[in-house]
Amino acid sequence: MRETAQTIALTVNDIPVTVAPGATVAAAILIAGEPTRRSATGEPRGPLCGMGICFECRATIDGIAHQRSCQILCTTGMKVRTG
Amino acid sequence: MSERFDTLVVGAGPAGIAAAVSAAAAGQRVGLVDDNPAPGGQIWRSGASQPAAARSLLAKLDAAPVQRLQGWRVFDSAEHDVLRAECENECADLFYRKLILATGARERFLPFPGWTLPYVMGAGGLDAMVRGGLPISGKRVVVAGTGPLLLAVAAHLARKGAIIAAICEQASVRRLIRLAAHLVNEPAKLLQGIEYSAATFGAKFFTGCWPAAANGREKLETVTLGRNGKLWDERCDYLACGYHLIPNLELPALLGCRIEDGFVTTDDLQRTSVADVYCAGEPAGIGGVELALLEGQIAGLAAADKTEEAKKLATRRRRSLGFVRALREATDLDPRLKTLALDSTLVCRCEDVSFGALRNHANWRDAKLHTRCGMGACQGRICGAATEFLFGWSTLSGDSGIRPPVFPARVSSFTTSIALNEKETQ
Repeated sequence: MRETAQTIALTVNDIPVTVAPGATVAAAILIAGEPTRRSATGEPRGPLCGMGICFECRATIDGIAHQRSCQILCTTGMKVRTG
Repeated sequence: MSERFDTLVVGAGPAGIAAAVSAAAAGQRVGLVDDNPAPGGQIWRSGASQPAAARSLLAKLDAAPVQRLQGWRVFDSAEHDVLRAECENECADLFYRKLILATGARERFLPFPGWTLPYVMGAGGLDAMVRGGLPISGKRVVVAGTGPLLLAVAAHLARKGAIIAAICEQASVRRLIRLAAHLVNEPAKLLQGIEYSAATFGAKFFTGCWPAAANGREKLETVTLGRNGKLWDERCDYLACGYHLIPNLELPALLGCRIEDGFVTTDDLQRTSVADVYCAGEPAGIGGVELALLEGQIAGLAAADKTEEAKKLATRRRRSLGFVRALREATDLDPRLKTLALDSTLVCRCEDVSFGALRNHANWRDAKLHTRCGMGACQGRICGAATEFLFGWSTLSGDSGIRPPVFPARVSSFTTSIALNEKETQ
């Protein structure tokens, strides 16, 4: 899907993702099919609580590490790294 | 930065907004601090179709002279009349004469084999993700856990095009009928209605039923459901599983508010045991939106010294407390849920601490010191409630009590002495 006035294009681990305005970064990570992080023993993880409590969705957003991706909205050109 | 308010409200869900609007209408200089991108709390998340009550209250908030600190997280109480908060790139000391805690609730999660797999989420968790832009159309979803949230989530996801493979409520049918008795005169009919409405969106509704395991390699593939000793597998893309709600008590506990039986103790005017600190909404008892709105109004009026008006509303509030008790009984967890975790099942997801590593410890503090359970990024918000149920540990009181910061914060936010600097220059 190409970016239009109604969509926002960003990348998750260099994978291009398009979302609707108002979408959270956590949603973009799931759309990209990537885990949000690896646990202390190497398990893949994804979002759990969706409300900023569990910290499972933390990712590096535009170079800032440990951001809770479910609490941050996507912006055009955003670069998200997980794992 | 530092701000001074007559009344500071923490949490912009229904209770917090109602409190802020009421206090502002009574002439108070009001601040409303909330860590989400937009007001509304978890129940009225932005980006979704809002009920009329939400639209009306949010419009009142927009029109009210309330200073909103949206995207700010309170992490410490530096002195008795000030909270410290930070946002993405700044921190602030928020001074108050009156403080209203409307910190809301979160879902309770219980460990079972496979619950850490990606695509296993809370019931409210998946709902929030969908409201936050996650496409769900055509996906198979099992909704499980306990409480009224399950049906609301299933109905919303179905409207968004999800295929609801099953709805599993851990409570027995008998308990549900008792809860329903508080809602209508003919509880059995209400329950039939629930089954009927579940059927209309193609879902099977099971009572006394729960996920025994989530299965898959790198992500969820199937869920093993259990009911009366019978187990079967259900293929699904998402498992949305939450065991009702638990209040966010970290900040009330840090401030020293008395907590009894899992909730902040309040009087008729929503006053806590700490002078000038009020509590409204779910931390004072899980009772849903209407009660939260009422308690928010009472707290806002009481904080503004409109005692007579607050007392009138308090009479209405007392009538709702029967439902709070009934809801609590209906969502009481079946003790068999304690047997789901295997020794290898992780309980603390942040530090990867297993059930086997925890079960021989005496208490929460002992477990923390020896295993790092509850000492990761979420600071025990997920595993704490699980260990309370599994082992009967108390996670908020005594030796194991809460300490600042109540949320992880930047080092610079601790070292900036905003309040001190200002006092020196005054």
